[in-house]
Amino acid sequence: MLFSDPKDDGRPGTFSHGIHPEDYKSFTCELPIERMEFVPEYVIPLSQHIGAPAVAEVEKGQKVQRGDRIASPGGYVSVAYHSPVSGVVKTVELRDHPCGEARPSIVIEADPFSSQKFQQRGELDWLNMSTPQFISLVQGAGIVGLGGAAFPTHVKIAVPEGKNCRFLILNGCECEPFLTADHRVMLENANSLLYGTRLLAKFLGAQKAYIGIELNKLDAIEILKQKAAEQEYDVEVVPLEVKYPQGAEKMLITAILRKEVPSGKLPIDMDVVVSNVSTTVAIADYFQSQKPLIERVLTVTGPGIRRPANMRVPVGTPIRDVLDACGGLVDETSRIILGGPMMGMVQKSLDVPITKGTSGILALTDREVHELKTYKCVRCARCIEACPAFLNPSQLGLLARKSRFEEMVDASLMDCMECASCSFACPSGIPLVQSFRMAKSYVREKKAKE
Amino acid sequence: MSAPRMRLTLSTAPFLRSEQDTPWLMWQVVYALIPPIAASIYFFGLSSVLVLSTAVFSCLLTEWYFPSEPNGMKGESLRDGSALITGLLLGLTLPPNMSLWMVALGGVVAIGVGKILWGGLGQNIFNPALLGRAFLQAAFPTAITTFSEPAKDFFSLSSSTLALPLMKASSMDVITSATPLSKMKFEKEGTELWSLLIGNTSGSLGETCAVLILLSGLYLLVRGIIQWRIPAGIFLSVILFSGILHLIKPDLYPSPIFMILSGGLLLGTFFMATDLVTSPLTPKGCWFFGLGVGFLTVLIRVFGGLPEGMMYAILLMNSVVPLIQRVSQQRVYGT
Repeated sequence: MLFSDPKDDGRPGTFSHGIHPEDYKSFTCELPIERMEFVPEYVIPLSQHIGAPAVAEVEKGQKVQRGDRIASPGGYVSVAYHSPVSGVVKTVELRDHPCGEARPSIVIEADPFSSQKFQQRGELDWLNMSTPQFISLVQGAGIVGLGGAAFPTHVKIAVPEGKNCRFLILNGCECEPFLTADHRVMLENANSLLYGTRLLAKFLGAQKAYIGIELNKLDAIEILKQKAAEQEYDVEVVPLEVKYPQGAEKMLITAILRKEVPSGKLPIDMDVVVSNVSTTVAIADYFQSQKPLIERVLTVTGPGIRRPANMRVPVGTPIRDVLDACGGLVDETSRIILGGPMMGMVQKSLDVPITKGTSGILALTDREVHELKTYKCVRCARCIEACPAFLNPSQLGLLARKSRFEEMVDASLMDCMECASCSFACPSGIPLVQSFRMAKSYVREKKAKE
Repeated sequence: MSAPRMRLTLSTAPFLRSEQDTPWLMWQVVYALIPPIAASIYFFGLSSVLVLSTAVFSCLLTEWYFPSEPNGMKGESLRDGSALITGLLLGLTLPPNMSLWMVALGGVVAIGVGKILWGGLGQNIFNPALLGRAFLQAAFPTAITTFSEPAKDFFSLSSSTLALPLMKASSMDVITSATPLSKMKFEKEGTELWSLLIGNTSGSLGETCAVLILLSGLYLLVRGIIQWRIPAGIFLSVILFSGILHLIKPDLYPSPIFMILSGGLLLGTFFMATDLVTSPLTPKGCWFFGLGVGFLTVLIRVFGGLPEGMMYAILLMNSVVPLIQRVSQQRVYGT
């Protein structure tokens, strides 16, 4: 047998455990993607991805065109950065970063008289291209995972020696409540998505591509099924049960291939590479018109936003400007979050820029974030029923309270993917995942010191 | 900016939470107890009202008096509803003509020794209501095994109900009656299935009406308050164990159906064995726990000295929950 086909029993794919939060997607799921207007100033942090920061290639006062390279990769796990606008480099200095700290950033003043039209440069001849060439072009295009983690894509698609990739899985789950950017991209950029899929499948050597989409995006499933049938390569759209965290890489693989990724292993160890749909479209854009990753689609939503929208926004746009373009905030807004409500990051300032990994701006009021009074654990086991990694969050939580980190590691702490399902489910309002995040970073730091 | 002086709150993800908090869970149990309570009032009249309200009052008072947090506010923990559940459950497991002072004492022990001593909500090893009842069984073995027929009319009371503390009440004024389980154990006499189902028998206040308890149990299951594995384990082991015995000697050992419908088995299954705090967390552990409770119950009922064994079966299994948990940890994803 060449390779085992996933079981097909007619039911939508899914994984064990998980939670069903209200999805709040109706704010924006019907709204076509709008283009954000250009603003006077852009801030491009040099570390928007996981890995080594990029190295600035421009100086104060230098003129740049839209799409020009302004920073080169600072190592293998690093990518290039490009100017989102035509204008002048105002400065290279420390600026507020969505992570909460100030980070080196290139600040560009947009040229108010420029048309800001991107000079398309025609399709690249990828048919006669070698795999290493392809991978270095992806790195040079500044492409990182757009689903939120912002891991450099070229590292992910470089299949290590001795391994091979049989399946390419495209992640169109978008399981975080509120977010609809990937949904709209699948609807409006279906052709690019399939073009990108074909590219990835070719260079990975994958025999088959799957596009996993949750069943709350029926229109996207329909369109992509139609288009997939017209393709010359093997691509299948797999409808998936609506459940959080369906979009987590391991959960998605389990849902589609009905197999578990062994603890401590990567998808490639199971002959699988997973790529987010918007990332795949970004790859297609580069190979079709040589447009690097200088803008992305994100969802601006939540009850705190006057006019929710799906927007195509240049990377580096301050969130203040994006919020203004969406009619501003209502007075009761109490939290601004970059990303989704389950794993996103709360912001203290509206001056931070949109980065490559920003999948949404969420403005919540105290009504949605009902801070529960904290009770003692009543051992209801809801966290155990929720945890997709099959951990015992209740027990881990008790250990965390006593700072017994070594015992937490013995209880498989490092298998926690920080999806926050446990904290969502806990009726006693115990900050479970919050304490696991701290414990994990403590353990990692300690390991790094040794 | 549209709201220049807006205050942003900083906190960490997740920003959404399930709306079902701990008091909500507890109140669902209280709602589920309404049918058995109604049945007990219907069958045993005023004595039921008195016993139940005494048990509840003494539990609430004890919970109020001892704050479970070192610097906690008095009465803070009353709001989670768990003390109310303990009071109701304690009352429902007592005979209708129990002296009220004994009931009150049981409530103090249930909350004081069964819960506060351990550190309050979520910390105790034994089900507090059953611990209180076990104390009463040890202290007043006669009173707790003296059962009366269902009341003739609502206001009929036995003099034992209002007896003064430590005074001996004449027990002559009430027609005592054996419960279906003691009839079976000591007289080898069965009870009609119909009576067991509707509850027209003698017994503890809340345990007689099987139909309503089943309905309550169903409500808890459907609402996701309790997990199905513990009841399933109990029923499975009771049916298997007592079924085999019944097949060997049908005239000596009662049928599984009688075993399940009589005594406190149903009430204990749905409200006490499934107590969140004192049952295992892991799915496999819940199976072990349920199977153990069922097995011990039949063992005590058939071979022990007592007609009923549900209470001790649950308390015994409560004591081994930490062990069960240790051997029933789940397989971690990808291992």
